[in-house]
Amino acid sequence: MSRTFVGMPPFPDAARAALADSQLRANLARATATIRSKRAAAVGEVEAWEALREAGAAIKDATLARLDEHLLDLERALTARGATVHWARDAAEAAAIVIDVARAHGVDEVVKVKSMATQEIDLNARLAEAGIAAWETDLAELIVQLGEDLPSHILVPAIHRNRAEIRDIFRTRMAAAGRPAPQDLTDDPAQLAEAARLHLREKFLRAKVAVSGANFAVAETGTLVVVESEGNGRMCLTLPEVLVSVVGVEKVVPTYRDLEVFLQLLPRSSTGERMNPYTSMWTGVTPGDGPQEVHVVLLDSGRTRALADEVGRQVLRCIRCSACLNVCPVYERVGGHAYGSVYPGPIGAILGPLLKGVGSDEQVDSLPFASSLCGACYEVCPVKIDIPSVLVDLRAQVVDHHRGDRVPKAEAVAMKAAGWALGDARRLGVAEAVAGVGGRVLGRPSRRAAPGGRVALGRLPWLGERWTQARDLPVPPARSFRRWWSEERGRR
Amino acid sequence: MSAREDILAAVAAAYGSGPRPDVAVPRGYLADRPAPGDPALLDLFVERVEDYGARVTRCAPLEVRHAVIRALAGAAPVVIPPGLDLDVPAALLDEGLAHEALDAADAVVTTGTLAIAETGTIVLTHGAGQGRRALTLVPDLHVCILDAAQVVADVPAAIARLDPTLPQTWISGPSATSDIELSRVAGVHGPRSLQVVLVSP
Repeated sequence: MSRTFVGMPPFPDAARAALADSQLRANLARATATIRSKRAAAVGEVEAWEALREAGAAIKDATLARLDEHLLDLERALTARGATVHWARDAAEAAAIVIDVARAHGVDEVVKVKSMATQEIDLNARLAEAGIAAWETDLAELIVQLGEDLPSHILVPAIHRNRAEIRDIFRTRMAAAGRPAPQDLTDDPAQLAEAARLHLREKFLRAKVAVSGANFAVAETGTLVVVESEGNGRMCLTLPEVLVSVVGVEKVVPTYRDLEVFLQLLPRSSTGERMNPYTSMWTGVTPGDGPQEVHVVLLDSGRTRALADEVGRQVLRCIRCSACLNVCPVYERVGGHAYGSVYPGPIGAILGPLLKGVGSDEQVDSLPFASSLCGACYEVCPVKIDIPSVLVDLRAQVVDHHRGDRVPKAEAVAMKAAGWALGDARRLGVAEAVAGVGGRVLGRPSRRAAPGGRVALGRLPWLGERWTQARDLPVPPARSFRRWWSEERGRR
Repeated sequence: MSAREDILAAVAAAYGSGPRPDVAVPRGYLADRPAPGDPALLDLFVERVEDYGARVTRCAPLEVRHAVIRALAGAAPVVIPPGLDLDVPAALLDEGLAHEALDAADAVVTTGTLAIAETGTIVLTHGAGQGRRALTLVPDLHVCILDAAQVVADVPAAIARLDPTLPQTWISGPSATSDIELSRVAGVHGPRSLQVVLVSP
């Protein structure tokens, strides 16, 4: 059975647990360092990279500003080419459409191309409830599915697993899902890939119905695009008789020509290659070639909510490359599971709250704070999503949302107290004097030094611990600036 | 309201009642590049294809059959698409072969529509000589014959020449995965070997 992200703890709690897992940190550090240097080399080769980013961002912004018109164009073009277009407001509606198609063909299994949209709507679990097995065919998704695990990266969902762990999963779990792994399987990646090839081939050859997502959907022509590496995508898009593609409404681009920008930006940003091994494009039904029944499900599931957020709507430019995960100092240390969503890392920290809505639960509200705001994510984003600015805006939204809470947050109380003290010169003078005395007392036994050589306080007790457990608090000076000023200069 | 009406209404409401932004798309990335078939492009294409672990054989028009036979290296059975203008010894013509028959084939020989030098990519549009999409997917070795004049400089040059209503497969090297510790392994589900025969006069 697949696990879901429902009911995950808020980020700080999940992060603390993840940080304690040294195997996880080693796996992540190695993997993200590899992909970072590959991406840097692939991007460095392109002289016009900045111009491509500008174009990518502008195409997406222009599309979003006229999204309703482009969606209607897409629907028209797809229908004219023999595809059936469905619309789904949410996860349940999208799943019901897929289930109906599968049942209409009397199947109890479907093969799946890796797709973030179907992950997001938890399609596999919903299909399982309807008695339909969904076989993931991407290698990393297969590892996650067989291991009854959760994805932890957008591009490489099993990035948290090393080769030895993957061998163990294949050895113990493959047999229950179909063709077993070879008895003498080692942890050599080539052997592991071969085991997956043999395990999945029988599923590809017999599958009647496939489910995919799409990286892009071209409004003027009705062309759908899937970008992949292994060939499992081509298998699913080509061999079955029926194909259902679940496509987020933000995946639309107006013209076929627009692909000339994204097919340069995406592979170099995601896998760090000049081009990914396979890109498939199809436009409705092609007689005599591939699926003869083609469905497209246009999915909202929070996207129009994100579109209404003036600062946050730029998140809908995202092409799911995962470059921001690989450069993020927070992601590198805590991994993807701590974000409690299929969208981890910096993009997940803004996408989750924007899709679900600030205030929907404690976990979602913790995400905008899961960042040091260093800005590395913005620098690598191929469509120039200003993630730090959106994070800051969402933090303000979270704070505003909780202003009316019956029990105010400790931070709100502290801010209120600070406001009271800072609002009056006499009150500030008293507070400084008290802090000075406290500093002299507390600073004496401390041996910690903050950057710059100033003595720092160790861990404070009780409420103060929540601040000082991850930060240095400089010891307050014995003499405040204002007292110094009046003593040194006031005499003249 | 239907889901369709609801979603369209939510999009319309998202921008409020004022005018929607008008965004111009800057195309500063376009550059003057050599014309298709330029010798410098051919060299770049060969280098980039081989960088993916695929093999390229360059030959003259009269040597194509010989080059294909060498690239096949004894693989059998070989399947070919209708419209392939080449006599491949003992090849099985695809006239709607079952999946199992494709799975039993060791190799496939096709032509292509164009190639992209900068990215080492070949593009099939699955017409005569190229076959339906499954044909170049299931067998383990794909031999693709390309003409020098089909090699264009970059992605924009390719997009400008392609017909979006035809099914397309863009192929950059053999099937690969980086899903295990992000180290690239050649060969998962698609052909594990890709051989390109590049024909120049």
